[in-house]
Amino acid sequence: MKRFLGFVRKEFIHIFRDVRTLTILFGLPAVMIILFGYVVSTDLKNASLAFLDLSKDDVSIELTDKICSSGFFEKTADLSGYQDIDRILRSGKAKAVIIFGEDFGRDLEAGKNARVSIIADGSEPNIATLVTNYATAIISGFNQQLLLAGQVSVPVIVPEVSMFYNPSLKSQFMFVPGVITMIMILICALMTSITLTREKEFGTMEVLLVSPLKPVHIILGKVIPYFFLSFVNVVTILVLSRLVFGMPVNGSPILLLAECMLYILLSLSIGILISALAKTMQQAIFISLVGMMLPTVLLSGFIFPIENMPKVYNWLSAILPPRYFIVIIKNIMIKGTGFAHVWKETLILAFMTVILIGLAIKKFRIRLQ
Amino acid sequence: MSKSIESTGIWKNFGDTQALKDISFDVNEGEIFGFIGPDGAGKTTLFRIITTLLLPDRGSMTILGLDSTKGFKKLRENIGYMPGRFSLYLDLTVEENLNFYASVFGTRVEDNYELISDIYSHIEPFKKRLAGKLSGGMKQKLALSCALIHRPRLLVLDEPTTGVDAVSRTEFWEMLRKLRQHDITIVVSTPYMDEAIRCDRVALIQSGQIMTIDKPQNIRDGFSRKLFSAKAADKYGLLIALREYPGTLSVYPFGDSIHVTFSEEKPDKALTEFLLKNGITDAVLNETEAGIEDRFLELMGKDETRKL
Repeated sequence: MKRFLGFVRKEFIHIFRDVRTLTILFGLPAVMIILFGYVVSTDLKNASLAFLDLSKDDVSIELTDKICSSGFFEKTADLSGYQDIDRILRSGKAKAVIIFGEDFGRDLEAGKNARVSIIADGSEPNIATLVTNYATAIISGFNQQLLLAGQVSVPVIVPEVSMFYNPSLKSQFMFVPGVITMIMILICALMTSITLTREKEFGTMEVLLVSPLKPVHIILGKVIPYFFLSFVNVVTILVLSRLVFGMPVNGSPILLLAECMLYILLSLSIGILISALAKTMQQAIFISLVGMMLPTVLLSGFIFPIENMPKVYNWLSAILPPRYFIVIIKNIMIKGTGFAHVWKETLILAFMTVILIGLAIKKFRIRLQ
Repeated sequence: MSKSIESTGIWKNFGDTQALKDISFDVNEGEIFGFIGPDGAGKTTLFRIITTLLLPDRGSMTILGLDSTKGFKKLRENIGYMPGRFSLYLDLTVEENLNFYASVFGTRVEDNYELISDIYSHIEPFKKRLAGKLSGGMKQKLALSCALIHRPRLLVLDEPTTGVDAVSRTEFWEMLRKLRQHDITIVVSTPYMDEAIRCDRVALIQSGQIMTIDKPQNIRDGFSRKLFSAKAADKYGLLIALREYPGTLSVYPFGDSIHVTFSEEKPDKALTEFLLKNGITDAVLNETEAGIEDRFLELMGKDETRKL
């Protein structure tokens, strides 16, 4: 036991003395969260809109003001006729054009359907969808307002759009679970595989092997510090996303942390397995990044929905632990469901962990090649 | 006298490369046994087999009375190993390195301090310094302290003096000799022929084969011919000329002179004339005592003729 504690102590010294390790450990998560939260944001902000107002009455002008003052849109042009629509969209000066039909206000007062069209630039499908959704929402809000004020008795347009779980469709709510999933794989798998292969490269592994330390001591000694630090990391990410993005934890925090621990353990055992296969640090980095990070980003359902993938990729993603963890973490954080809804995924992860740890210990060589 | 290591017919391949061929030797308890040979001779591979890090393809090795393959767990408690690259954690301080290795072997620095005090006292003033910031000689002393901290019965040192300055090398060998008081058997390898003389017995190793095992003095005495040291202002011209002289058996540069052997008992006038014809006027030829290196080269030469 004393041998083992000595080993763990040494690992902590390694970590705290190496600025690069510390930066990756604690800087990376913060940067990732902020980066994904803000830059890769799919929220709409000051999207350029062009208006073709054929009616030019009080109501259409009021609605135009309302749309432009929402913060989501910015008026970049007033068009004079239909012929300008194609030109402005092609030039990219507007993401969409909003057209008020002739007699917009008069139709409204007469209780007839007033016509509003939104023509969006479909070459950027994501933005087009966002723009139409947001604009529709604002218009129906305006409509609601008119109803309440008693100015009209019949709704102009009633778009029935409602969002479950993420009412404002905040994209951070999508990204935070994904980033946690990715960072844990990255840090746990990458860092542990690097620290183990570093011993090989620096020749210190030779002496460790000649010593009476058992493989399980060496492996656990490497795992424990990173387990502890990764856990601190998860908590940091959760607090950070709460403070910066107001990301809630709707379900039980204890369940969430327990699931995170399981996932950390799983990622660590992947790292150990990688280090058993890799001879140099470079190989370990390569396997961790290409073998773990890319599939996590592409195939786990973090960015692209698994349902839309071709069958082969769908099967491939079934063996990726992040796929299950993302489901778990989204369920707990956003939907606020309990263990009853995630036990299947949890079981799969636990099963994978046991197999990987077993494999890692078995593959660990008690001799040199 | 009991044996610390008994090796019989060890073979080891790496793919197509024959790293070790039929290696047999005994190491007596308490002696300093040296493996002398150039880089790539197979010293490191052999040492990794001794330290149970590699398994031989064929042959058996008994170390401290235990079979090196089956008894490796017990053996690993009793071997101190210093690999070719000093296996120190460069981001740990001197003190931390020592404490770490002590804890790994289940002991404490204080318990065996008297064993390493001679060596460690040299670096103790720098105990708060990172190992990465030490000089080669200090790294070597620290690595030796770390390898000794659990009081091993067998100390295996793989090229401990490579990359270390001359003063530290001399100091290091003195430390090894002192360790003999503590009944520690030492197996050491080196590419430096001049260090062979400091071992009790040496094995000359070349291309994975042991050429000879004996006391250093006996190895030197085994040199079969009269050896001459030749000098001239034009050293390179002299070397070429000696090579071309029909009566020359072997010739190779040795420090600032040239070592040469002849087929006749003593070189006669024919040689002087031959040299003059080749433009060497100031050649001085003296008989000299053969060193380990001369014997090594002689054995290597025989080895090559045998192959032909």
